[in-house]
Amino acid sequence: MDLSEASLRELRDALRSRRVSARELARFYLDRVAAHNPALNAFITITEAEALAAATAADGRLAAGEEGALLGIPMAHKDIFCTEGVRTTCASRMLEQFIAPYNATVVERLRAAGMVMLGKLNMDEFAMGSSNETSHFGAVRNPWDLQRVPGGSSGGSAAAVAARLVPAATGTDTGGSIRQPAALCGVTGIKPTYGRVSRYGMIAFASSLDQGGPLAKTAEDCALLLEAMAGHDPRDATSHPEAAGTFAATLDAPLKGLRVGVPEEFFGAGLDPEVAAAVEAGIRILAAQGAVIKPIHLSNNAHAVSTYYVLAPAEASSNLARFDGVRYTYRAAGVEDLTDLYQRSRYEGFGAEVRRRILIGTYVLSAGYYDAYYLKAQQVRSLIREDFRQAFAEVDVIVGPTTPTAAFALGDKAQDPVAMYLADIYTIAVNLAGIPAMSIPCGFTAGGLPIGMQLMGNYFTDGLLLNVAHRFQQETDWHRQRPALASAKG
Amino acid sequence: MEWEVVIGLEVHAQLNTASKIFCGCSTAFGAAPNTQTCPVCLALPGALPVLNAAAVDKAIALGLAVNAQINKRSVFARKNYFYPDLPKGYQISQYELPIVGKGTLTIALPDGREKLVGITRAHLEEDAGKSLHEAFSGQTGIDLNRAGTPLLEIVSEPDMRSPAEAVAYLKKLHALVRYLDVCDGNMQEGSFRCDANVSLRRPGAPFGTRAEVKNLNSFRFLEKAIEYEMERQQDILESGGKIVQETRLFDANKGETRSMRSKEEANDYRYFPDPDLLPLVFDEARIGAVRAALPELPDAKRDRFMQQYGLPAYDAGVLTASRAVADYYETVAVGVDAKMAANWVMGDLLGALNKAGLEMEGCPVAAEKLRILLQRIGDQTISGKIAKDIFELIFAEGGEVDAIIDSRGLRQITDSGAIAGLIDEIIAANPQQVADYRGGKDKLLAFFVGQVMKASKGKANPDQVNASLREKLKAGSQ
Repeated sequence: MDLSEASLRELRDALRSRRVSARELARFYLDRVAAHNPALNAFITITEAEALAAATAADGRLAAGEEGALLGIPMAHKDIFCTEGVRTTCASRMLEQFIAPYNATVVERLRAAGMVMLGKLNMDEFAMGSSNETSHFGAVRNPWDLQRVPGGSSGGSAAAVAARLVPAATGTDTGGSIRQPAALCGVTGIKPTYGRVSRYGMIAFASSLDQGGPLAKTAEDCALLLEAMAGHDPRDATSHPEAAGTFAATLDAPLKGLRVGVPEEFFGAGLDPEVAAAVEAGIRILAAQGAVIKPIHLSNNAHAVSTYYVLAPAEASSNLARFDGVRYTYRAAGVEDLTDLYQRSRYEGFGAEVRRRILIGTYVLSAGYYDAYYLKAQQVRSLIREDFRQAFAEVDVIVGPTTPTAAFALGDKAQDPVAMYLADIYTIAVNLAGIPAMSIPCGFTAGGLPIGMQLMGNYFTDGLLLNVAHRFQQETDWHRQRPALASAKG
Repeated sequence: MEWEVVIGLEVHAQLNTASKIFCGCSTAFGAAPNTQTCPVCLALPGALPVLNAAAVDKAIALGLAVNAQINKRSVFARKNYFYPDLPKGYQISQYELPIVGKGTLTIALPDGREKLVGITRAHLEEDAGKSLHEAFSGQTGIDLNRAGTPLLEIVSEPDMRSPAEAVAYLKKLHALVRYLDVCDGNMQEGSFRCDANVSLRRPGAPFGTRAEVKNLNSFRFLEKAIEYEMERQQDILESGGKIVQETRLFDANKGETRSMRSKEEANDYRYFPDPDLLPLVFDEARIGAVRAALPELPDAKRDRFMQQYGLPAYDAGVLTASRAVADYYETVAVGVDAKMAANWVMGDLLGALNKAGLEMEGCPVAAEKLRILLQRIGDQTISGKIAKDIFELIFAEGGEVDAIIDSRGLRQITDSGAIAGLIDEIIAANPQQVADYRGGKDKLLAFFVGQVMKASKGKANPDQVNASLREKLKAGSQ
């Protein structure tokens, strides 16, 4: 068996039948990390010793007859999830030395399920970016083309899964940060319904938009991971009382009669023709399985990006105020007084994109501007939510491109924030509404870069999205393609 | 022409919940710095607030007690500013939609009239930590034990027109929060403190520009601070100057206020709804449950004391000003003359506590003991005079009433033969005074009573002595 291509079910079966031990599996993936991470920079921290210890513990649980779907399977966390005893940097100089005294709920749940953490994955600083170029620890490279970006902010997660450095990874999605890198790296990722996955211990970017979720090779793998991650958490007041769900059992449900909405606004100017063609082909595959395709409108999607870039920075400007140089963060040397301590610690500790968003957020909340920006943006957010409400009265899922283009070159948009922000033009409305969405591979450009198709569903229809994605993946093999780098012996 | 002072108060009452408002840490006062903290109140990355339901119920209780509108939907908002003892860089508070809306509080004025003071709103928020400057030379220490302690900020209308009215309002509110058991009312520890907004105007004119005096933690400081502000503002206005809207601090040692920051320097707090907390929504049933559990409130208790015990309004007011005193009184007044019990509690007991610098909570004489003492007056075992001696003794040294009476032989002499004997001795020893009395100097009766009481070491029943003396002195004159 090729362990790097095995699904989570196959790995589980191999572990149960003792064809491989959890320790051997961890060793196998740690070796791949050691071999390929230098080229990709997907990991910020590699926790080899802890991983081997956790794998040994998992072997003990397996030997005791314990049966968990994820027991003994390696994974890695985006470095935004707090991990007790292992530093959590959020890819920022500000938290370069921060070691949390507690685990995020997501970390806790996956640990309890017996998963073996190999390390912490690179990302855009504080999850602010769409290319992974804002990381204090350097850009992540796309395994399909090392001169291109993997997308962001969960770029390390997507690149690590694409290069088969881990079978599964966690990510977070505030405006597309799971789906966009999943699309650009040719992997599968789901942003669950807001409130499904606890935000406790997940360093906040924009609290009303942030949602954690899995990235993996297939929808089936994501379903198993999400079952373990989701659930009500009394430590998160925005966690939904009925957040838990079973997603794997319904993966095979037939798509006959499924009403699929295709929003006209997602196929307009700015969409790369190759991406359009691949997504349209993907929609035909759904139709071939009996889905009913309906054109729909999401007329306020045009305002999603500008709405997001008022609300997300507003929340971020407040969420990031705790990084003040006083307690556990970076502190500037030789400060003169308190104001100097704040100003220099924050100027030196945060990168340019983070500073830009703090400034925007502070501005839109300021006296005299609040009504014109923050309040207006909240009103538009309601309209966007209403668009989806109307759409879901007519269709069961909405399908479109995840991104307007395939992976762009490193440095291409780094100097043009607005061009960068438009990379999320199809993903942001989902976060503003709080609905679930996922990205699945649906083709390649002529240049050999992966293309992602986005599925969006109504609140708490995460299971339906995974079902549609799984059926799609039964008919296609885009998700089985892997970059040449991943095929090289590790 | 006279100036009229206009005062509004913002009171911060620390709610006496066992744990903090957004995490499970203890709220106990006085622990070693930073020992009552967790990722949430330390504002570690990724930590999230979860609302303490007990704080909500206490806010509802206060709202009901001031006849306020209770908002079934209220919103927590972030008040953003940087300070080292504010670990998140924002305080979670309520801004546009507070839990308690408009209400009223009735206060008694010094001249006996009552006045209705409007309450604008009351909202829930978290306290900040403490900056400690003393113990660290050239550095500041931060103690976050207090960070996240629940506060209810109760904002009054600018309805008060004298320092005395402001003090009466604060006292009334202080009594109320303790009655309701929503706040321990400890002003020295800062559990109950207020900011005063003070301005002057010509009567009938629009409000003048106000100054806000922060963090007044005693009734006296409130009074002094307002008096100082009145003088300061009057001086400025009468010399043609203008009052600057600013925040001022009261220096208790100097008895004056000084400028902290002006409006121009004031923070823009950039309030916005806290996305970590859903709007606080509850139904009528929850309000009903809190209402059902409300204790008897001061005004109702005062009225009942007047009716049930036949006390004058003044006595009933004093005795119900604090729940502890009222409870004490009601324990004493069982089987004892109600007015006598009132006199003892208001006079001897509160006087002794005051002199000893004690609160009712630390009273060394249990109410049951005072009741026994007063019962011994009632059943003629001892005289009122002896009772006062016993009270002082018990207050200072403890002991049981009946045991002291017996061991010290304080039982009253009521044997009429023994009293007659004493009287006969005194009459025989003072022939001149007897003659003068019989000659019309009635006032000498007191002299004879005094002599008899002295001879009995205070134990003779004064009523009997009085009656018997009158009889014997009268008998002899015929």
